[in-house]
Amino acid sequence: MGELTQDQFVGFYRTMRTIRRFEQRVVELVNRNDIPGAAHEYVGEEAVATGVCHALRPDDVITSTHRGHGHILAKGGDPRRMMAELMGKSTGYNRGRGGSMHIADLELGIFGANGIVGAGAPIACGAAMAAKLKGRDGVAVSFFGDGATNQGVLLEALNLAAIWKLPVVFVCENNGYAISASIREMSPLQRLADRAPAFGMPGDSVDGMDVLAVHEGASRVVARARAGGGPSFLECLTYRFVGHFTAEKALGIKYRSDEEIEEWRQRDPLVTYPAWLRERGICDPARVDAEVEAVLEEAVAFARQSPLPAPEEALDGMYATTYPGLPARGW
Amino acid sequence: MAVMTYREALNLALREEMRRDPRVFVMGEEVGLYEGAYRVTQGLLKEFGEKRVVDTPICESGFTGVGVGAAMLGLRPVLEMMTFNFAILALDQIVNTAAKMLYMSGGQYNIPLVVRGPGGPAAQLAAQHSQSMETYFYHVPGLKVVRPSTPADAKGLLKSAIRDENPVIFIESETLYAVKGEVPDDPDFTIPLGQAIVRREGTDVTVVAYMGMMYRAMEVAEELAREGMSVEIVDPRTLRPMDTQTIVSSVRKTHRAVVIEAGAGFAGMGSEILSFITEQAFDDLDAPVERVTGENAPMPYARNLELLKTPSKAKIAAAIRKVCNA
Repeated sequence: MGELTQDQFVGFYRTMRTIRRFEQRVVELVNRNDIPGAAHEYVGEEAVATGVCHALRPDDVITSTHRGHGHILAKGGDPRRMMAELMGKSTGYNRGRGGSMHIADLELGIFGANGIVGAGAPIACGAAMAAKLKGRDGVAVSFFGDGATNQGVLLEALNLAAIWKLPVVFVCENNGYAISASIREMSPLQRLADRAPAFGMPGDSVDGMDVLAVHEGASRVVARARAGGGPSFLECLTYRFVGHFTAEKALGIKYRSDEEIEEWRQRDPLVTYPAWLRERGICDPARVDAEVEAVLEEAVAFARQSPLPAPEEALDGMYATTYPGLPARGW
Repeated sequence: MAVMTYREALNLALREEMRRDPRVFVMGEEVGLYEGAYRVTQGLLKEFGEKRVVDTPICESGFTGVGVGAAMLGLRPVLEMMTFNFAILALDQIVNTAAKMLYMSGGQYNIPLVVRGPGGPAAQLAAQHSQSMETYFYHVPGLKVVRPSTPADAKGLLKSAIRDENPVIFIESETLYAVKGEVPDDPDFTIPLGQAIVRREGTDVTVVAYMGMMYRAMEVAEELAREGMSVEIVDPRTLRPMDTQTIVSSVRKTHRAVVIEAGAGFAGMGSEILSFITEQAFDDLDAPVERVTGENAPMPYARNLELLKTPSKAKIAAAIRKVCNA
């Protein structure tokens, strides 16, 4: 902790604030039908993506989830191209082909958000394996929720990473609920990290509402992976302050008590952390807030002004090479 | 030209491509020490070592996902499904990620991945180990699907599949591994994906068939030749992309067509082939196109019932006679 610089402390806040405000803008835009489709906001969980991704290098790889905006932003994703993608514009990360659940950035090692629960875990293992075979010391992080811990492919990936000693960090964002299904009912374990030793890897559980705790925990296991020590499981205890997806509010379904939500809100990292920064005299969070607002304002404007994808290009990019002379039919 | 088995041709293709490109590696269940359940990877561990010939636990979905991730970081994995039936367990990784990643990422990531292994009707292995697996894949935009019938095709097409920048589903056959044939020695011999071949020239009727059905159709064609019927046989070799041109040109010449497939006929490959023949060559047809397909039932175990499941020579001959006498 003592090794962290002032810039890093401020950087954590900038990332968390960007995620929070990005998601709040998304909600507004969804409600105004400017963003179509489904968006799953990361509000409340900002400290997890921030703490983990700030422990990574640019060439490290992440795989993300349906609730992925936070991971992408924390890994350095451009809010303008993200917002444009959410609006289905041609300037978006995926040229309007992917939307909220599939944002990818080759340059930043973002191997895609994935709409299939647990599916990113073996992909992170593959990236880690390739890095190892190429003689690089890159690390891959797989983000997934508590719900994914009951998905077969995730368990397969944990075993593969363990037997091959892959430089992978499995980050379990335990927000307590898979949509409405409480993890207390879906797993008999008090701590999901306790699954890790059964796979022959260390499992740690950290406070996912505390960016410094997450960063410390993540830095430790990332360093271990990079040094050839193999995979780890990092459970981050967190909470989403909003519904599973934007429109859930309108459904009027209740699966969490007001008291529970309020208890977690007391630990909102976007309240506690800036207060701590102020107390310590590290920075004035309000100045960061203003910077973030400007960035997001520009992102929304950029997305709005961008053109929709050209219909005549709709079938481009289905295959990496084309065979001249082959008829189109059958493709 | 050397004479070798279909199995040896596949093995040679893997060997040559692994020598040619250090990014190519083989991964799957029993591919290393055991040298493949059907011995296709024989000797590879010895020549290339365990970094490039990777034995996995039994987890088709897991190791296919690993293949996808490795391909995204620039390697060229060749995954073996011990039998293609097990690929159903990896369907999510193949369909939702490998096939869609390039398009869905707006052109950022292509997935140069080969998934290979035996599929199709086998010999008394019953319903879970004996079925036409191509059906589950050729519908998916983003995938290429290959079904090589001969040793030369097995080698030339597998080499093209490994060099391809896209995910390729390459389905061999348990019943063809021991088939022998001439195979070009040139290490740069490849057959482009998406090229059909006329296996037998004829003038009266075009028969479209691949894998075991192609061999069965060839026997029928020889028998019918004695009755004076001239049968042309076209083998598509790649099902996606399909070389419709070669098939339609043949039909325009013969004016009659019979489409054969081993799998269940409902919404099968035969329907697709029949449909483009009708769309593109309707005016050239002198008779309605006939389909001869497998029964719409799971593969039974008993030999006599198994024989009833796939198109028999008698059924193929009857269909050919029917279109020729129409």
